[in-house]
Amino acid sequence: MRFTLNGRSVTYEASGARRLLDVLREDLGATGTKEGCGEGECGACSVLINGEVVDSCLVAVGQVEGCEVVTVEGLAEGTELSALQQAFINYGAAQCGICTPGMLLAAHVLLQRPDRLSADDVREGLAGNLCRCTGYTKIIEAVLSCRT
Amino acid sequence: MVSRSPIGQSVPRREGVAKVTGAAKYTDDLVIVGAWYGKTVRSTIAAGRLRAISLDPAFDWSRVVVVTAADIPGENVVHLIRDDQPVLARVGGDIRHKEEPILLLAAPERGTLEAAARHVRMEYEPSTPVYDLDGALEVYSTIQITKGDVDSVQGEVIERTFKVGLQEQLYIEPQGAIAIPEPGGAIRIIGSLQCPYYVHRALKRALKLSDAQAIVVQAETGGGFGGKEEYPSMVAIHAALLARKAGRPVRLIYDRHEDLAATTKRHPGVITHRTTVKKDGTLLAQDIEIVLDGGGYCTLTPVVLSRAAIHAAGAYSCPNVRIRARAVATNTPPNGAFRGFGAPQSLFAAELMVEHAAGRLGMSSVDLRRKWMLRLGDTTATGQKLTESVGSELVLDAALKAAATVQPSNRPTVRRGRGLSLVFHGSGFTGSGEKKLQGTIGFEALADGTFRILTASTEIGQGTKTIFCQLAADALGVSLDRVTLAPQDTSLVPDSGPTVASRTAMIVGRLVQDAAAEVQQRLARGEQPPIAIQKSYIQPDSLSWDETNYRGDAYPIYAWACTIADVDVDMITGEVRVTDLVTAVDCGKALHPVMAEGQIEGGSLQAVGWATIEEIKMKDGAYQNDRLATYLIPTALDAPRIRTILVENPYSRGPFGAKGIGELPMDGPAPAILAALHDATGVWLDEIPATPEKVLAACASR
Repeated sequence: MRFTLNGRSVTYEASGARRLLDVLREDLGATGTKEGCGEGECGACSVLINGEVVDSCLVAVGQVEGCEVVTVEGLAEGTELSALQQAFINYGAAQCGICTPGMLLAAHVLLQRPDRLSADDVREGLAGNLCRCTGYTKIIEAVLSCRT
Repeated sequence: MVSRSPIGQSVPRREGVAKVTGAAKYTDDLVIVGAWYGKTVRSTIAAGRLRAISLDPAFDWSRVVVVTAADIPGENVVHLIRDDQPVLARVGGDIRHKEEPILLLAAPERGTLEAAARHVRMEYEPSTPVYDLDGALEVYSTIQITKGDVDSVQGEVIERTFKVGLQEQLYIEPQGAIAIPEPGGAIRIIGSLQCPYYVHRALKRALKLSDAQAIVVQAETGGGFGGKEEYPSMVAIHAALLARKAGRPVRLIYDRHEDLAATTKRHPGVITHRTTVKKDGTLLAQDIEIVLDGGGYCTLTPVVLSRAAIHAAGAYSCPNVRIRARAVATNTPPNGAFRGFGAPQSLFAAELMVEHAAGRLGMSSVDLRRKWMLRLGDTTATGQKLTESVGSELVLDAALKAAATVQPSNRPTVRRGRGLSLVFHGSGFTGSGEKKLQGTIGFEALADGTFRILTASTEIGQGTKTIFCQLAADALGVSLDRVTLAPQDTSLVPDSGPTVASRTAMIVGRLVQDAAAEVQQRLARGEQPPIAIQKSYIQPDSLSWDETNYRGDAYPIYAWACTIADVDVDMITGEVRVTDLVTAVDCGKALHPVMAEGQIEGGSLQAVGWATIEEIKMKDGAYQNDRLATYLIPTALDAPRIRTILVENPYSRGPFGAKGIGELPMDGPAPAILAALHDATGVWLDEIPATPEKVLAACASR
């Protein structure tokens, strides 16, 4: 089977029943995607599939045949951080960092919305991604700073 | 060229780029060639004796490594305070709680491992478990603090009993360690942990290793909050035993379910206050009894109890105080370290007690706090005279000034209220703790013009690495990029003490600052690099502590906080929603304001969760809600707007005046929220979490 990971085509031969999370982490070396609960509650394993935020622990790799998958490793352009990644550093939105990859992807999608985001929109949009360090305040500030 | 001082500047987090790009390597991210997977098989009874272990002969065990207590080369204890907790329950030995580790398995694939676990049989001789604090199995420790004579006073007496519940740390990265056998009988542990030297000591004891044979390395760690203070010793020993027997690396990574079911929680407890006041509001006496549930093994319980007892009278000056505290054993999984370490429990009770007294006296609780609060020159319950950096009034004024006027609710079924709390929290270890520990760091000036900090203090999100580099760069007068940190690896760095107790920036940070200053002076005198020095903590002579009678200087200094919470209470559903939280914090000096705020905001939300939604349901000695679908923590939608006001009130011995504040934010929100609940509904709930069921029941019985 084939899918695109961070813009590169991936050919994959193995059971389509494996979790996308495990294939990313163990077979493709994309360990930026984290496992927090393994049952779709914490959002640490969030990835983008065709632009939608999905918990990769709940997805069988067979389901992403032909899809575009983006992980945290796909957010920067080479060594150039995206504006959102830079904002996470500047605003103190990453503490222990374990929720950060998933949080960044969820926030990245929010920022694609055509309407100007409010703080409540950000809270709602990030409600599927748990963070235990920050109290969310600085994450919300970081996302709001990236509105265009 | 001399750089501008980075102190007080919110410079970028040292490992920030690695964390936002996915490059940071947490334990389970590490690729270790040839490593097998490990698993822990645990008890299904809460109390009794392990009679036998049998392995189903029908199963193919040829590709599985099995470890039991008989395979432990050293002592079968997870070394900590009392050494009562076995690494693995032995056949013929006691079982003291559900999920107690009995047997370990390792296999090359996860499937084989899971199948093997299904073919292990345990035979038990169950006994009647004890869950009741009054009929507890044994008393782990008792503490009595006496000031004046509570029995000598007469006045208005107010008595209330408060209950606090279990809480899970819920770091988002579960516990995990990888053990790698190395030449010379050495074992290398790479793990998610707060205290490399705790693990080092425990590993040496259980595996009979020398200092050099036990190597403990911290991987990037996805949160700790105390949960990775003592428990990683257990995980590391287990992984090491498997790796030793398998003769290959073994990765032992918990899944969330196992982590919730088996690892330590915040101690639940019952706290009773009998407070005597005069009609004019004068505080005459505080008589306090604390009982904490330690669970099946001692872990850090006596130290948790100590911090609970010392903070029990609250941030107030009272001539007559008696605090009687005890921690007991029950047949539940052991409780352990969690941010605040007993103080949130006892301060919850102390703060609500101020509210009850104010209600009885017909006074405003803010006025009563002003009348009672500790000020410069006052003495605490242990008789400690406060001689500097007492921020009680500063934080009270700052929080009151910052909190906006409460707007009335515009929904008929929602009531709105506001509550306030005033707390203090001792920074650093209790009493002679720092003196006994003598935390040590290394500091080097290298030939290439860079400098290196060698410390075992870990980065767990709070900013250790960034702040240490700021302190060193300032003292040296160089730019931040010329300062590096050695890895947190026990074979490379000295024991700086554990990363706990709000001590890292204040105690270890000061050592970094002093060491860097000394190296700078030597360079200024013309000495050539390389230069390598060590610095150890020296307790100032002015601090004295009587461990037997709990008298004297319990902490080198205290940080202070005032929290104002606004809540909406849904009178139909009973839901308590915290909408706004303002906290003013006397942190001495904010070395890195954004990180200081981050500590306050994150800790505050953990306290909001503890006060409102984080409830562990116990049944027959096991946690019923041991999944993230059922143990809920606040999401971005649940979280209130949190505002932090940093008040700088320097402490003479902290680096640039800084005081430890890591645990402080866990103390204030819960009582402020319960006071706000009363303000909104007229109902007092002396128990947390204030779940919808409890709120509705309390409103109905009013």
